[in-house]
Amino acid sequence: MTGLLVLEQSLNGLQFGLMLFLLAAGLTLVFGIMDMINLAHGSLYMLGAYLVASITLASGSFWLGLGGGVLATAGLGALLELTVLRRFYARDHLSQVLGTFALLLMSNEAVRMIWGAQPIELSPPAALAGPVQLLPGLSYPAYRLFIIAVGLLVALLLYLLVTRTRLGMQVRAGAANREMALAMGVNVQRLFTAVFALGAALCAVAGGLLGPLLAVQAGMGESILILAFVVIVIGGIGSIRGALLGALLVGVVDTAGRALIPLVAELLVGAEAASSAAPALSSILIYLLMAGVLFFRPQGLFPVHG
Amino acid sequence: MKINAYSLSRITWAAAAALTLLASAAQAADKVKVGMLSTLSGPGAGLGVDIRDGFNLALKHSAGKLGGLPAEVIVADDQGKPDAAKQTAERLLKQDKVDFMTGVVFSNVMLAVGKPIFDSKTFYISANAGPSQYAGTQCNPYFFNVAWQNDNLHEAVGKTVQDKGFKKVALLAPNYPAGKDALAGFKRYFKGEIASEAYTPLNQLDYGAELSRMRASGADAVYIFLPGGLGINFIKQFVGAGLSKDMTLFGPGFSADEDVIRAVGEPMLGMFNSSQWAHDMQNPVNKRFVADFQKDYGRLPTLYASQGYDAARLMDAAVRDVKGNLTDKAALRKAITAAKFESVRGAFKFNSNGYPIQDYYLRVITRDAQGRVTNRTLGTVFKNHADAYAGECKMPAL
Repeated sequence: MTGLLVLEQSLNGLQFGLMLFLLAAGLTLVFGIMDMINLAHGSLYMLGAYLVASITLASGSFWLGLGGGVLATAGLGALLELTVLRRFYARDHLSQVLGTFALLLMSNEAVRMIWGAQPIELSPPAALAGPVQLLPGLSYPAYRLFIIAVGLLVALLLYLLVTRTRLGMQVRAGAANREMALAMGVNVQRLFTAVFALGAALCAVAGGLLGPLLAVQAGMGESILILAFVVIVIGGIGSIRGALLGALLVGVVDTAGRALIPLVAELLVGAEAASSAAPALSSILIYLLMAGVLFFRPQGLFPVHG
Repeated sequence: MKINAYSLSRITWAAAAALTLLASAAQAADKVKVGMLSTLSGPGAGLGVDIRDGFNLALKHSAGKLGGLPAEVIVADDQGKPDAAKQTAERLLKQDKVDFMTGVVFSNVMLAVGKPIFDSKTFYISANAGPSQYAGTQCNPYFFNVAWQNDNLHEAVGKTVQDKGFKKVALLAPNYPAGKDALAGFKRYFKGEIASEAYTPLNQLDYGAELSRMRASGADAVYIFLPGGLGINFIKQFVGAGLSKDMTLFGPGFSADEDVIRAVGEPMLGMFNSSQWAHDMQNPVNKRFVADFQKDYGRLPTLYASQGYDAARLMDAAVRDVKGNLTDKAALRKAITAAKFESVRGAFKFNSNGYPIQDYYLRVITRDAQGRVTNRTLGTVFKNHADAYAGECKMPAL
């Protein structure tokens, strides 16, 4: 039974980690290449989730909703970059934080005005609603398996994009040494817009996939944005590989903490004390991890070599 | 000289005006102001909306009046956050000078806004939150709960699970005061083995890790205390993980109420739950409430809506009893305690700590005659049930 529990929790951790990766990938690229702190990244996740949910509800098809929502959010991201965010590149980080924080507040209010304060409830598509028997004694929700599959696929595509294409080469060059990339004639304006649209699309994929599992609501981007920042700090800023490994690490540590700490605490201090101590301890676990990484490897676990 | 005389006359005039104001304040007020502070955004929004809609329906039934006086309801969102709620409560009390407060859904919010409300000598009529603190050692003459004490619905399920012969139960609740109250209430009446007991953050919506633990614990029944969106997500994920085949799911009435059923649907068939009210109760007040709620809002009411409705009915009765004189706090308190209103749940009376003594019922989710998935009342679990904390309450003077 314990073996199955560990396996199931690993799958949970993998699923959570991959979704974090989708957010962290966009965030780390924007941070690494444009040297831009974008607090509105979580808002793109939220808007993506809302667009996917709205199109799904209007058309009745989750697949149409996912495709349409992702494209629309990518467009929205590009528009945001062209109109507002590019004015912030030359500014210091404080202005960027303030400016994007304003965007975050505005988009939360805009979402409340358009869709209302109550969350939208989505259900997974009927084909994926039930459990799948993986091993005797272990059935796992089909929808979570689907999320894992999509997450892995997107990670692979992103890897190919970054390592095998011209755009990817420019992205890597930009992340490793921005000044040099500029000097070598990379069209940064177009590159930045493309990177931003890509980041927004990844946000929408995560938001759209998590919608049926969680709830689509105003302010949903903030809590996950904090985790995405933790991921890129752990993984190393600007590094896609770091984002992937950092996200998986955070996902597994968080899930394992939630599942195992209560068990361990119960053995150590008894059920009564454990019921109040364990939730607190498991929720700070990933921040302990981040503090540890910052202390021993301030540049992150997998920094970009530049 | 002239200036002095002028200012003297002005002071006299102002004093006279002030005295007139005081004199009129001692007579009947010209309207009743109610501060409706409730959770209207986030995962708990559905609950606050139902309390508000239930309250408004009761007002509509009494032609917009409470006890014969025109009612003004100031609706504010507490966002489910204790600090935001406290600020908003201060505004309602000091700026709007409300006569009654009501609406809070969550007990952590209630405990944060309680003190400023009681300090300002404003009566609070709780349409949901019923923390054990205010039922016991911290009971207060300005606090009344027209719903139920936090433990009660859970005690009823604990007894049901015990009576049905389940041996190992997995428990899950959010990590906040009402969550602790809930599981304490359940365990007061369930004597079997607790296979696992988990507390999750109030904003957690993904229960993957907890579901895995439940599966590994080998429980034969699961009891969840998860209000609103939390319960909706849990039940969907519980069914998605295939656990519904191995374990019987139990919940308090609000985790299996019409809002959850609307979102989850058929997978909830067969779920047992407890409630102090049900939409199929046959008394005339309830029939009118359910029919008009459906007509006005296009959905079946939840128990939150019934509690909001009763909160307004209680205020209506109390204001009528004191003939609109809201300044005599002792008389008003006596009128509220008497609870001379017809509740949608039938018999209702207050205990010495301002919490109800009432019956609790077992419901099950089935298909009704029209083919809808909805709750059906099975029977009575407790008759005239009081909470476990009333004995600890030494009610302070007003």
